Amino acid sequence: MSPGGYAGKWLDIDLTNGKIDDIKFPNKMLEQYFGGRGMATKILWDRLGAKWAGLNAYSPENLLIFATGPMTGIYPGARICVSGKSPASNGVVGSSAATEFAVEIKNAGYDGIIISGKSEKPVYLLVTDDGAELRDATHLWGLDGEKTLIKLNKEITEELQTRHPNVGLWKEPGTMYIGPAGENRVRNACIMTKMCHAAGYGGYGGLMGSKNLKAVAAKSRGKFPEVDAPETVKLLWDKAHKELMKVTRFRRWGTGWLGYGAGADTSSEPVRNWQEEWHDEASMGVNRYEDRYWVKKKWTDFNCTLGCMKVSCIKSGRWKGDITDVPDYELQAYCGTNLGIFDAGDNVHISTLMDKLGHSGINGPNTLGYAAELYQRGILTEEDIGFKLEWGDTEAFDKLAHMMAYREGIGDILAEGTYRAALKIAEMKGLDPSETLKYAIQIKGIEIGAHGTRSDKDYTHDMNYAASVQGGDHTSVVTDGYSDMSGALFFDSAVYCTFTSRGPSQQLQFDFAKAVTGFPITIESWRRVNGPRIITLQKALLLLGGPDATWEPLKDDDNPERFYDPLPTGPYKGEVTDRERVDTKIQAYFDTLGWDERGIPKKETLDKLDISDVEPLMAKLRR
Amino acid sequence: MWPEASRVRVFMPFPGVEVPHLCAQCQDYPCIEACPVDALSSDPDTGAVIVDREACISCGACIRACPGTVPILHPKDNKATICDLCGGEPKCVEVCTEAGYNALTIVNEGPSIHRKLYSRNPIETAKDLAVNLFGEKGEEVIE
Repeated sequence: MSPGGYAGKWLDIDLTNGKIDDIKFPNKMLEQYFGGRGMATKILWDRLGAKWAGLNAYSPENLLIFATGPMTGIYPGARICVSGKSPASNGVVGSSAATEFAVEIKNAGYDGIIISGKSEKPVYLLVTDDGAELRDATHLWGLDGEKTLIKLNKEITEELQTRHPNVGLWKEPGTMYIGPAGENRVRNACIMTKMCHAAGYGGYGGLMGSKNLKAVAAKSRGKFPEVDAPETVKLLWDKAHKELMKVTRFRRWGTGWLGYGAGADTSSEPVRNWQEEWHDEASMGVNRYEDRYWVKKKWTDFNCTLGCMKVSCIKSGRWKGDITDVPDYELQAYCGTNLGIFDAGDNVHISTLMDKLGHSGINGPNTLGYAAELYQRGILTEEDIGFKLEWGDTEAFDKLAHMMAYREGIGDILAEGTYRAALKIAEMKGLDPSETLKYAIQIKGIEIGAHGTRSDKDYTHDMNYAASVQGGDHTSVVTDGYSDMSGALFFDSAVYCTFTSRGPSQQLQFDFAKAVTGFPITIESWRRVNGPRIITLQKALLLLGGPDATWEPLKDDDNPERFYDPLPTGPYKGEVTDRERVDTKIQAYFDTLGWDERGIPKKETLDKLDISDVEPLMAKLRR
Repeated sequence: MWPEASRVRVFMPFPGVEVPHLCAQCQDYPCIEACPVDALSSDPDTGAVIVDREACISCGACIRACPGTVPILHPKDNKATICDLCGGEPKCVEVCTEAGYNALTIVNEGPSIHRKLYSRNPIETAKDLAVNLFGEKGEEVIE
């Protein structure tokens, strides 16, 4: 019998031959890796570990994994975790998105989906109570996110209505899909859901596109799996909810208050490709969004009692018809200030455009901003791009985003993501790579989230990104190799939302996990055993990397050069990320996790964590 | 939890366009009229439609008769399932209050010919809501 919270089986699908199997994992594996990021990492290691370094992320052999966790949909804030060998980092990223797709597959009886191979023609996956099937997606290929979603909702609902006409009306399915950026293998493209939600980090949109898989969808009439201690879960849910009701700032504004605040207050907001991190533009105030664009101030995903989402719509002017959410802080920054755009409407437009094209709203415009800085510095010219690319020119960035998604002109190079684009542009211009890489704000192939470290006043500090196995991912920064094991790594594996993890205590969340699964799970066990096991496995795969990019141990565990340049403006002018502190804390982090001074996991650590089979590959790296 | 067993379902054919879908208690009760085995009746106090689950033969006549196609056959036993207002003390209102949202309250409107207007296909309702929310663009978002 499956432990509480688990549906009990996974779908294992080979797109090359259309084979669809149900598989089960042993309870011990569930207890050790839990779900989401943990399970995905273990599955990737087991199936691809031995050939990892030589495996191109776009090879049909790579896996695309959609994983729920035992707490998904039961703890407030349902999400799914997407993973695979990352086309961006060549490691493993747990990339999570809020979506009812997670709830629908779980109720249909599946904890996750493993997809290998490559379909000859575009297809989408449909999961129902009758099982899984691959359906033709030729008519959807090429459509933007919005149109894909509209068509899928209609098509699937009608299909289910035809198959089961007697039971009443069928509600829309849960869906995840890619836009043109994913189809064209843009290396930092995302997998979208609900039009404006995304599994953004890791470049899994491109991986999905490489498999000719346009979408995954699910609709079930089933019920959630039973939990181990229902009364305790109910009690703890009430407690969690009461704590979440106190998080009034999120309920009122989402993270939308930061578009002004992270600039004016903490001076940690990317401005013009991070040349500055300060601005004091009231035009980016959350009230400007609320007063003019928010048509809905309360919007949530399944079982979320926080409600940080707001729906924005532009009803007049040149961007009429654009619809997105808040935009949240990350997109206010990356689709706004980082491009020198300080107008709420233009920001809503670029955010909507990212959603439609299927660019990650963080990673995509990081690359756009990077291109604009190269233009500013004369490294890229009007001739290279085809037009002028001035800061704040919304139409120019709109055009370049399209070129990236469709790989036209310079867009073909930029579609490789900031790191690889930097190398290609250096080659094209006959420059030393250091001349272009110094403006690339990324770590190990993953562009950095919109929270700087220089002012030291945000939640991100010194080595938080540099030491992370997920590079620039702002949702899983590391701190001391101890407390973060029971933080981001845990809720990415249990799979629920980062925002519903803030408010209720960690103790409550672990009591919840225990009550759902019945596992003897504690904060301590996650900090000392389960967490380090998953992170160490992620680290091992990241170190193996390859074949198109590998990371040098320790040397590449570093911030972009710019983070060590003094802030040029604002209340924290002159502040820098302290290199000595970065170095010291990275060593302390490695030491805590039982990795050597270059960050390679030690043999005794692997033995202790019950992953001794990783040792032969690590031994080679140590030489 | 069992979302599709709920007598109150919220449709969302396009993100942000949410349509609560539940029995509106039509004055003339076409569902009760349509039932071939008299399994449906109305509660004289609340006006809610009550299903005799023993008598129900799962034929779906009530679903087809409903102007909003509101009833469902329960995924567990396939019996007609319609909001019964929890006997006059609706749980949805209770939980909404307990949770601190206070979005739902009990009102006693009495019978009205207008009730039937609110029993409507959720996609049709969503098409109107979409225009209300998004203006002209709303015309395009639900096919």
